[in-house]
Amino acid sequence: MLLWVKSTPDSTMGTDLTVAVLSGKGGTGKTLVSVNLAAVAQKATYVDCDVEEPNGHLFFKPTILSSRVVTVPKPVVDQSLCDGCRICTEACAFNALALIGKQLLVFNEVCHSCGLCTTLCPKKALTEVEQPLGVVRQGRHGTVSFEDGILDIGQSEAVPLIKALLKKKHKDLVVIDSPPGSGCLVTEAILGADYCLLVAEPTRFGAHNLAMVHELVQILGKPCAVLLNKNEESASNPSKEYALAHNLSIAGTLPYDPKLAALASEGLIASEELGHYHAYFSNLLETIRKEAADASDPHTQR
Amino acid sequence: MIIAIPAEANSLDSATCVSFGRAPYYCLYNTETESSTFMTNLAADSAGGAGIQAAQDLVDQSIGTLITFRLGENAAKVLQAAEIAILKALNLSVADNISALQEGKLAPLGEVHPGFHHGH
Repeated sequence: MLLWVKSTPDSTMGTDLTVAVLSGKGGTGKTLVSVNLAAVAQKATYVDCDVEEPNGHLFFKPTILSSRVVTVPKPVVDQSLCDGCRICTEACAFNALALIGKQLLVFNEVCHSCGLCTTLCPKKALTEVEQPLGVVRQGRHGTVSFEDGILDIGQSEAVPLIKALLKKKHKDLVVIDSPPGSGCLVTEAILGADYCLLVAEPTRFGAHNLAMVHELVQILGKPCAVLLNKNEESASNPSKEYALAHNLSIAGTLPYDPKLAALASEGLIASEELGHYHAYFSNLLETIRKEAADASDPHTQR
Repeated sequence: MIIAIPAEANSLDSATCVSFGRAPYYCLYNTETESSTFMTNLAADSAGGAGIQAAQDLVDQSIGTLITFRLGENAAKVLQAAEIAILKALNLSVADNISALQEGKLAPLGEVHPGFHHGH
């Protein structure tokens, strides 16, 4: 019996809000937090942008309603037309082309699909051909609209897939499950977010990675707060120390709980299984909505 | 034949550089004239594809052999297309690796790594 599910009305429901959940390292609990935030909302869209290893679907087990292949243009050479002028190899900003003897080599995984080589080639020996990069899927789990992207094995340039995933604008609450790290993929995933929630572990390594994502969200000018995950009262928490020392708001603390790991290993959503987790994530969502509203209101800005 | 070796500095007693594509210099040793020249690696500062560009530059210098500790798969493709022999460097100076090659002490480079495609 899941009596508590959806029993607490979301007081600020109806306000559009995009929250990105991110962390410097993997395994801090991004998916746990983003899945549960979406699950406790009255209406939400969950977008799994961790396209290199998406795992939100393991929890939502969504009914997939649509799936579409995302392609990127890559240069294909017609060796019979190439006269070895080297205009393309010298122009390429990514060193994705090499000319060995009369053979023009193209390195697709280094290519950023900018189209410069095909535009410049005087012999029209290079043409852009759309090549599959991965798929984006849309589905449903109860009140949650589910979206994810899956990068094809062997591909390394995931940015266009994340772009395709976030192209559609959503209403109400959107929770973005970001890739780990603080590089291009994360930047792309959080660019459109109104608010960033940084999930951090209570370790030195965790605090170091927290500092990296904190720097990134500050550069992007995003309002943010940290969620201290796997916290143990009896032990020190370097991520908490970092937050206090750097004026980083603490949105919540989630105590270390082996039950969460047990539920995750079965692909179960904590807030759908345990009442106190439903209450916890509902409160967290309230806090985020409030902080995000304050941040966007010029009169209350700190 | 010209032998290329990634070098930490532009001198024969310099250490052999552990990186191929990001090495600051390459020593080019001509076995016929027994002379060496040093080439600055212009690809070292590339945002990406340094190995591809560095391999292209070495192919353009008509090298026949490369001595290196390691090699990314893209650079390996360029060098293999040019039929360049690739040998595994020993933990020695540039000059001593050249001597080791001439004494037949260097083995072919067994494996290439999948590359470090940073900047994503």
